[in-house]
Amino acid sequence: MTAVLRDTWVIARRDLTHWRQQPWGVVINTLFPVMIALMFGGLFGGAIGEGYFDYLMPGMFALTMFFGVEATMTAVSSDAQKGVTDRFRSLPMSSGGVVAGRCLADMMGSVLGLVVMAIAGMLLGWGWHNGMLQALAAFALLLWLRFALLWVGIFLGLTVKGPESVSMVQILVWPIGFLSGIFVDPATMPSWLGVIAQWNPLSATAAAARDLFGNPGAITGSREIILAIAWPLLLTAVFLPLSVRKYRSLGG
Amino acid sequence: MYGMTRVAISARGVSKTYAGAEQAALNGFDLEVPQGTVCGLLGPNGAGKTTAVRVLSTLMRLDSGTATVAGFDVMKQGAQVRKNIGLVGQYAAVDEILSGRQNLVMFGRLNGLRYRDADKRATELLERFSLADTGSKPAAKYSGGMRRRLDLAASLIIAPPVLFVDEPTTGLDVQARQEVWLAIRELVAGGTTVLLTTQYLEEADQLAGHIAMLWHGRVVSEGTPEELKQMVGGDWIDLTFASPELAERAIPAVRPLAQGDLHAEPARISIPVAERTKAMLAIAGALSAEGIEPEEISLRRPTLDEVFLEISKKQEVAA
Ligand SMILES: Nc1ncnc2c1ncn2[C@@H]1O[C@H](COP(=O)(O)OP(=O)(O)O)[C@@H](O)[C@H]1O
Ligand SMILES: [Mg+2]
Repeated sequence: MTAVLRDTWVIARRDLTHWRQQPWGVVINTLFPVMIALMFGGLFGGAIGEGYFDYLMPGMFALTMFFGVEATMTAVSSDAQKGVTDRFRSLPMSSGGVVAGRCLADMMGSVLGLVVMAIAGMLLGWGWHNGMLQALAAFALLLWLRFALLWVGIFLGLTVKGPESVSMVQILVWPIGFLSGIFVDPATMPSWLGVIAQWNPLSATAAAARDLFGNPGAITGSREIILAIAWPLLLTAVFLPLSVRKYRSLGG
Repeated sequence: MYGMTRVAISARGVSKTYAGAEQAALNGFDLEVPQGTVCGLLGPNGAGKTTAVRVLSTLMRLDSGTATVAGFDVMKQGAQVRKNIGLVGQYAAVDEILSGRQNLVMFGRLNGLRYRDADKRATELLERFSLADTGSKPAAKYSGGMRRRLDLAASLIIAPPVLFVDEPTTGLDVQARQEVWLAIRELVAGGTTVLLTTQYLEEADQLAGHIAMLWHGRVVSEGTPEELKQMVGGDWIDLTFASPELAERAIPAVRPLAQGDLHAEPARISIPVAERTKAMLAIAGALSAEGIEPEEISLRRPTLDEVFLEISKKQEVAA
């Protein structure tokens, strides 16, 4: 057990070293969602009205978690393609350590991203109105979503071949992000789009976060919170075993 | 076959077909490498070298047959196998953002060393592979040869009894190739058992005491480099003529000078020869005595594909 913990930490530390070696990469990755928030806040804020940031920010938090899929996928596929994964697999170390290290590093990255976004949000007029405890619960739900998306990212990273497929997934991130309750209330969308958006896992987490933070647009009711717990659970239940299988069968 | 020496690597009838592939990548692959020796697995692109290495290093499951490394079954005792091997894959597998030293410390830690020991080992290895000066630069800034040496160093952290090295110099320039050869020779002097794959007869000759020739997933011939070089034969001299008629007339003149069968194509003759310079002069002499002037005379080594074709032809005849 201690061996697995040590391996996990060594692998996670590798990412921390990456951050230190390439600090600009971290800065750009964490500021990118802030830029998106500013852009959409500025674009739609006028049309939608006062307090749009108060509505938008929980959605942006969910989107930040969603961007994590890309980060995980890129890291995993680059390791697989460069043979680093094979080297790990040929070492007398647990495969659990490799995966857990990846999880730990990506979760740390996402916590950082979330903190930066929250600070940016507060500067723009967003805040939580239901007390600290509920706010923490909201952040926990957001990280829970990120945890589930980790497995999606690992699976995709082990599946895609080459940079072309990586950029295809990067492009797909956008329609999935837009077809959700992140930017606007699904109720205002054309009916069929609204239905898709409503069932988008991102919408559930965004809505639950809005609810817990007490931001406008919150649909008070426990349905959103249950969905925000259930969706990531389902994603994890599907993609965790898929990722493990893929990892074990790498190279046939 | 090897008397009393212990066998470090053994494969018997190993077969492996990739999902969706029509042909088997390994097809009844047999190999035995005695402890403390270097075996060169020589074969052209696509012969199955990488597949063999991946199966033996437990990265990939075999479909049928058995294989042991350091006495452990690769299918049933993967964890023990991994404790006894180092792997240098076909592509240098190092973290490019980390420095050489950071790479070695990380792999040392993952090999179970404590930080302090891993750091000490990294210093030793950087020194040994002449990377001490560049140890703190990110690996992305390394030249191909340096990266290969770092890769070698990374697989030697725990001084494994068995080392797999897959095409260590493919894509490297002459200078880098020499550096890598030097590094591998040092290892061998330390008593490690090495299975080295290569597309170059010269490389196998330089580094290995025993060469197994791999062709379509099977070892088709084995022996010392000397034995194989004999089998491969000497150089070939190619003659090109202005017309097929000229070539026709030249054949009887040069036939007595050929060591074996010459190959004739329209307007072109290939002659196997033993001593290159003497043969070249003799052929030129014989042609000018007949008053035939070729357009071009060139000397070349047989390609690996020719060698393998020749060997499989001989085997068909023998069978
Ligand atoms: N991942 C793969 N999927 C399908 N076929 C493969 C794969 N890798 C290698 N092959 C095929 O298996 C054969 C042996 O390949 P390989 O072991 O890489 O040869 P070598 O290393 O000698 O060049 C080749 O015909 C190659 O095309
Ligand atoms: Mg290969």
